[in-house]
Amino acid sequence: MENLIALLVGAPLLGAAVLLCGGRRLDRTGHWIGTLLAAVSFAIGLALFADMLGKGAEERALYQRLFTWIPVEGFQADIAFQLDQLSMTFVLLISGVGTLIHVYSIGYMEHDERRRRFFGYLNLFVAAMLLLVLADNYLLLYFGWEGVGLASYLLIGFWQHKPSAATAAKKAFLVNRVGDIGLSIAIMIMFTTFGTFAFGPVLEASGQASQGTLTAIGLMLLLAACGKSAQVPLQSWLGDAMEGPTPVSALIHAATMVTAGVYLIVRSADIFNAAPDAQLVVTIVGAVTLLFGAIVGCAKDDIKKALAGSTMSQIGYMILAAGLGPIGYVFAIMHLVTHGFFKAGLFLGAGSVMHGMNDEVDMRKYGGLRTYMPVTFVTFGLGYLAIIGFPGLSGFFSKDKIIEAAFAKGGAEGWILGAVTLLGAAITAYYMTRVMLMTFFGEKRWQPDADGNPPHPHESPRSMVIPMVLLAVGSVAGGAVFEFAGFVEWLEPVTGYEHGHPPIGAAAVTACTVAVMVIGVGLAYLQYGRRPVPAVAPRGSLLTRAARRDLLQDDFNHAVFVTGGTHLTRSLVYVDHSLVDGVVNGTAASVGGLSGRLRKLQNGYARSYAVSMFGGTAVLIAATLLMRAV
Amino acid sequence: MNPVNYLYLSALLFTIGAAGVLIRRNAIVVFMCVELMLNACNLAFVTFSRMHGNLDGQIVAFFTMVVAAAEVVVGLAIIVSVFRARHSASVDDASLMKL
Amino acid sequence: MFGTSTAFPLLTVTAAVPAVGAILTAAVPAARRTAAKWLALLVSLATLVLAGIVFARFEPGGERYQLTESYAWIKDFGVRYELGVDGIGVALIALTALLVPFVILAGWHDADPLETSSKRWRPTQGFFALILMVEAMVILSFEATDVFLFYILFEAMLIPMYFLIGGFGDRAHAGSDENAAAQRSYAAVKFLLYNLVGGLIMLAAVIGLYVVAGNFSLTEIAGARANGSLEIATSTERWLFLGFFFAFAVKAPLWPLHTWLPNAMGEATAPVAVLITAVVDKVGTFAMLRFCLGLFPEASKWATPAIVVLALISIVYGALVAVGQRDIKRLVAYASISHFGFIILGIFAMTSQGQSGATLYMVNHGISTAALMLVAGFLISRRGSRLIADYGGVQKVAPVLAGTFLIGGLATLSLPGIAPFVSEFLVLVGTYARYPVAGVIATTGIVLAALYTLVLYQRTMTGPVKEEVRKLPDLRPRELAVVVPLIAVLIFLGVFPKPLTDVVNPAVRHTMSDVQQKDPQPEVEAAK
Repeated sequence: MENLIALLVGAPLLGAAVLLCGGRRLDRTGHWIGTLLAAVSFAIGLALFADMLGKGAEERALYQRLFTWIPVEGFQADIAFQLDQLSMTFVLLISGVGTLIHVYSIGYMEHDERRRRFFGYLNLFVAAMLLLVLADNYLLLYFGWEGVGLASYLLIGFWQHKPSAATAAKKAFLVNRVGDIGLSIAIMIMFTTFGTFAFGPVLEASGQASQGTLTAIGLMLLLAACGKSAQVPLQSWLGDAMEGPTPVSALIHAATMVTAGVYLIVRSADIFNAAPDAQLVVTIVGAVTLLFGAIVGCAKDDIKKALAGSTMSQIGYMILAAGLGPIGYVFAIMHLVTHGFFKAGLFLGAGSVMHGMNDEVDMRKYGGLRTYMPVTFVTFGLGYLAIIGFPGLSGFFSKDKIIEAAFAKGGAEGWILGAVTLLGAAITAYYMTRVMLMTFFGEKRWQPDADGNPPHPHESPRSMVIPMVLLAVGSVAGGAVFEFAGFVEWLEPVTGYEHGHPPIGAAAVTACTVAVMVIGVGLAYLQYGRRPVPAVAPRGSLLTRAARRDLLQDDFNHAVFVTGGTHLTRSLVYVDHSLVDGVVNGTAASVGGLSGRLRKLQNGYARSYAVSMFGGTAVLIAATLLMRAV
Repeated sequence: MNPVNYLYLSALLFTIGAAGVLIRRNAIVVFMCVELMLNACNLAFVTFSRMHGNLDGQIVAFFTMVVAAAEVVVGLAIIVSVFRARHSASVDDASLMKL
Repeated sequence: MFGTSTAFPLLTVTAAVPAVGAILTAAVPAARRTAAKWLALLVSLATLVLAGIVFARFEPGGERYQLTESYAWIKDFGVRYELGVDGIGVALIALTALLVPFVILAGWHDADPLETSSKRWRPTQGFFALILMVEAMVILSFEATDVFLFYILFEAMLIPMYFLIGGFGDRAHAGSDENAAAQRSYAAVKFLLYNLVGGLIMLAAVIGLYVVAGNFSLTEIAGARANGSLEIATSTERWLFLGFFFAFAVKAPLWPLHTWLPNAMGEATAPVAVLITAVVDKVGTFAMLRFCLGLFPEASKWATPAIVVLALISIVYGALVAVGQRDIKRLVAYASISHFGFIILGIFAMTSQGQSGATLYMVNHGISTAALMLVAGFLISRRGSRLIADYGGVQKVAPVLAGTFLIGGLATLSLPGIAPFVSEFLVLVGTYARYPVAGVIATTGIVLAALYTLVLYQRTMTGPVKEEVRKLPDLRPRELAVVVPLIAVLIFLGVFPKPLTDVVNPAVRHTMSDVQQKDPQPEVEAAK
């Protein structure tokens, strides 16, 4: 069975290679090839999953070693795969949701002349993401990590003729690269500390390393996770990344790639368990991002950016859970999977709405769409209920567990983290209700697009609707299935598990969660359901205005890094030209000047040459006489 | 007569010649001054030959005369052609020896 | 080592084929221009085959220097014509032989006569003959194990390079623009003067070495130093080391001796720029490994802290200045300066990973810069401008050109899966193991590399299509034949660098024992 693992990655990789090198003759069939190969990957994943279920908990992990990647004295990096329960969960999520989004894109990208290339990039992404979760060492993980970064770059900037898209793509790649510094340094520390960076040996030996080393590794891994998962302070790229086509936002910037940071932390559980300081920082980052994303989500009028803020916030939950240690790892992953379902569903719903509304993204120009797009409304609504944690739906189970675990952390930390997660739940309910009401309820605020065409909202084609329905089913049922089919027992052998006991009792936490959700929904209803929504955004409070500008993060980045960097490079260019080169050119110039002066002695007049001859002779004779006298 | 006097005369003639070369502008005069310096040298050679009692100095003096004769031929030719080209025999009018 | 010449002088032949080819190419009659091009291409391909044979005949597990040849040359001074290759030399010979055919193919029309030029115009022949001449000298310098022979080649290769830089500019400017011609001759003279000064100082050190050691043989001197029969006073060793290092640091180039490179690469045609940075400059870094570390191990260790600092400055400074460039070719030149910083850092980190990484880096940087620069050259020849601001939206009109340009850029920013990643990561890990702070500073290079590459791509390739680029044709078959194989090699070596590491690893082991350094051991012994 283990020989199939490479095929998981290989199938979409083949698809990417064929589609990107195939040229125009594949334009008519390319999307089918891409979808088929993603589906092949999913089918192999299911087969491996069935096989895994048939084995005992301790024998489930599979390994496949292909060949040595970098063989250098004392440094061994293998192309080798490890498929355990954690990786399996991701494989099914990535290839499953990935296949659905391939199907959706067939319809969504139908009129794009570069559709073949889009599918090539999507396949490339799936391959890189699977490589990321299947790698058995950190360096190969890094390979996948950068691979998804590349795919994300290509897909965000897919409409490259739009300067905003090209800028957003570049920004995403650069911010991710800052995070990648963390991953490379973490690998370097591992190599010097343990002499290897394969998961097995490093995690096994992590107990023997010093506390400081482990904390350093942990913080560096966190930096990497911040970049990839859009956590504060490296979150600024995610909002701009919405420039990409909507299926990309659903697959990469909601369901899979942005959760890679959570995977990295959970995968490195042993390191974090032994480095409580690093764990504390992880929870703080998670808590801050959770609120940050939620606040930004409340203020955005662009439906995709509101959802992006929500993604940031939900990943904040996961990171926070992962920082809690063994009481949280399992729930971080569980929330990750349920989030993958409902957020992908929400994005596809948003894409469907945009598809029907002439690609309009401003929610203030929607309204009353529920009767025009019934299926989109229902599937989006189910995703909405799931994300706000409506009892019985998937988000309820996973988020409630995280809130419980946060309280169970104990001490003042536990209370603070618990309160933050509850507050986040309330804001989540608020901004999602806002999105829901502005889009599907209220009166029509439609406006014609730039070419003057009034929108004719209509239900999307079947290829787009089916994935939305399937994801809605997942959003509804996912949580219950995990809760009652033993998700905890499934992951425990990999991540470890301790049952956390919140000081106020699990039932009370659940009650609080439901209560804050109702409050959030109620507030949003009062503001956006009872009153008509203004078609032009009101000025808003200071906080609202700041939140619209991503809480001034971009302004800060621009002022410090962009402006500062521009000045730095300009002055260095000047220094290089004037100072470094100037020293050399100056030497040349002064030698030239000196010889220019000496040249003046050669005036060409015979008599002045005669003077110098006489003078020279006189000096020589005088010198000779003097020498003789001495 | 003390032969040292001839040396004084030779030094005097040489100085006059050198001064003429440096001061006078007319190429012909400069040329004559060069001849004067050469002959001052010849005089010194011959005097030393006499003082030391061997003939080497006199032989060199003959060589110098031959060379001086050749020089006169070439030098005058140059002066004449320069004069033809520039209508002037002043050495300061021509500064052709620089690049 | 003496007298163990192989029956067939393979190394001499590998270098002689392009040299003879150069003479033949130059002798082709003026009218038969195309024949000269084909002749040059065939000769370079024959050299590639020979380099392949060298690569295959080299046994990684065998002697340090293999395929050796040794003949007395100038008996009075103990100068010998002595050749031999170790794994590092083999890898770099392979790189040179691999790149030159593509350089020739890419520069196919770079030296064609203009409509205005006379019928007896011959530089086409000269251009290709000079390229082959450079190839011959570079290959021979990778093979030379006699210090004097190496010095001669090190200096002699300046002559053809000078004419290549000064004589052949971009088609866009050729002949018409007085200013461009002046710029070009400035660049050529600057290149020559910098390298001559370096070479002169090295000459002094070479003579000094002869005075101290009594001969010029690398193997003999290194052997005598290792077994203690040749003692060199510490201060003498340091002076000699500095003399050699200065010359190599100019060639490599290391900050602050780098300013000739942007001029030379900016003014030369793209294929010549590739020849400069990907092939000729590698002689500098190669010589640091072979001569600085091999002849003066103690002085090398003494100078390491200063060199590490200079290398770090090169990395960060080169990348930052690259960000601020307005000229595509100068941008690539500054990027190269940053990359040379990495190579030198890897060499002087004195760990197996660092030195293996540095050697791989030389090869990978050569190929990746060639890919990027040649595509940039194709772009420039279409539009007739080197300024970034003159482009925009090219991907819409020439998607294949844009795609290959992006891959070249991604290789430059060391994306995993493409060859430079392997070498850059090895250098970083190797540096971190000995100098953690330097390792961390060097990592910032990976962000800056992404910055200048993506900014370049964004400004030239994306956005609305500019009016002037609307008619640009996509890559032609000849140009595809240049770019596609290079990209294929890059990806192959990015995923499976084993063929290279196999020959490089033993050589690095020898260098490490030259400088008597051991790799730092891990703090915790993890279960392997």
